[in-house]
Amino acid sequence: MSDHDHDHEHDHAPIADGDEPPAAARVRALEALLVEKGVITHEDVREGIDWLVSRTPADGARVVARAWVDPAYKERLLADGRAAARELGIDPGPAPVLVAVENTERVHHMVVCTLCSCYPRGLLGPPPDWYKSLPYRSRAVSDPRGVLAEFGTTLDDDVELRVLDSTADIRYLVVPRRPEGTHDLTEDDLAALVTRDAMIGVVQPAAPATAGA
Amino acid sequence: MSYRPGQRVRVDAREHEGHHRTPAYLKGKTGTVERTHAAFRNPETRAYGGDGLPEQPLYLVGFAQRDVWPDYRGHADDRLYVDVFEHWLREAQ
Amino acid sequence: MHDRGGWPTDAPIDRSEHELADWEVLTDALVGALSRSGLMNVDQLRRGIESMPPDEYERASYYERWLFSIETRLTEEGVLAPGELDARLAP
Repeated sequence: MSDHDHDHEHDHAPIADGDEPPAAARVRALEALLVEKGVITHEDVREGIDWLVSRTPADGARVVARAWVDPAYKERLLADGRAAARELGIDPGPAPVLVAVENTERVHHMVVCTLCSCYPRGLLGPPPDWYKSLPYRSRAVSDPRGVLAEFGTTLDDDVELRVLDSTADIRYLVVPRRPEGTHDLTEDDLAALVTRDAMIGVVQPAAPATAGA
Repeated sequence: MSYRPGQRVRVDAREHEGHHRTPAYLKGKTGTVERTHAAFRNPETRAYGGDGLPEQPLYLVGFAQRDVWPDYRGHADDRLYVDVFEHWLREAQ
Repeated sequence: MHDRGGWPTDAPIDRSEHELADWEVLTDALVGALSRSGLMNVDQLRRGIESMPPDEYERASYYERWLFSIETRLTEEGVLAPGELDARLAP
């Protein structure tokens, strides 16, 4: 951690950290200035920081695992993603609508935001750098199978690939297919198989390694 | 004019100065309404301090990839789905 | 420049990741706080990012773009005087 988190009345130049870009000192100075001007409070910023750092793809994985074991929950999830997340005690965040899309043996979904970086952060945490990168944003729509190949993902021949470009206030979450051979796993064990990248749609969850050793 | 799932629609090919959320690659393309979302405030005016009213209906529109990209190299039935505002859509045949 | 869908590129997807630095989380939370204060909505954030000169847009990191947009918004609103933040940072 490179910031200094304490309360001062006096202002001072932000402590510079050699590894940080100039933007780091700039945004700290900006926050301090805005708090001084009474435009925002530090507590409000702090709450936002706390929310952001608490977001984790483990929450999305719980939603997927519940959908895998409970068909009625899955239908509720597909009808209203925000409500389904809240059912499990997950705060879906400020984006107005969450739509879960289900991968099947015939259809595989993949999500991108070509215009910026829209992403279901409430359930997945912050997006990875590659999701926000110019190559992903360019190629996910025009060469999605090439992108999947870079992630080591090959779809069966008869699978239709559907790419969703999140251009508005809808956030999309992929419900990946439940791997074969998982019928006697607990819901927690199932959730452990569901990675962030599977919920973006660039990989498919793997069956658990067979116990050995 | 409001659209229904299954209806063919064409995305307007017009230029738009300033912020808008219809990607260039989609302009002029024809697809099928997949689902009707709720109506949302218009980002084109909200981006400049307007209230974004009246709300505009938003649709998830599906396109055949081969209709969008002349050199598309994936499978023939691959599709691309994009959220498009009603005021960017026209009925198509 | 921001409208990237289908842009030709041979660049592979760099899958390396980095944990968000404190200043990046702060930048993100700052937009949230400004939004709750009624000073900046997500459309203004995006519009501000899109207004970056193209070479700056390409060079800037993700949250550097956000910071540019925040400063643009606050300056146009009159909350920040031009040069005020630079003066604050000057040694």
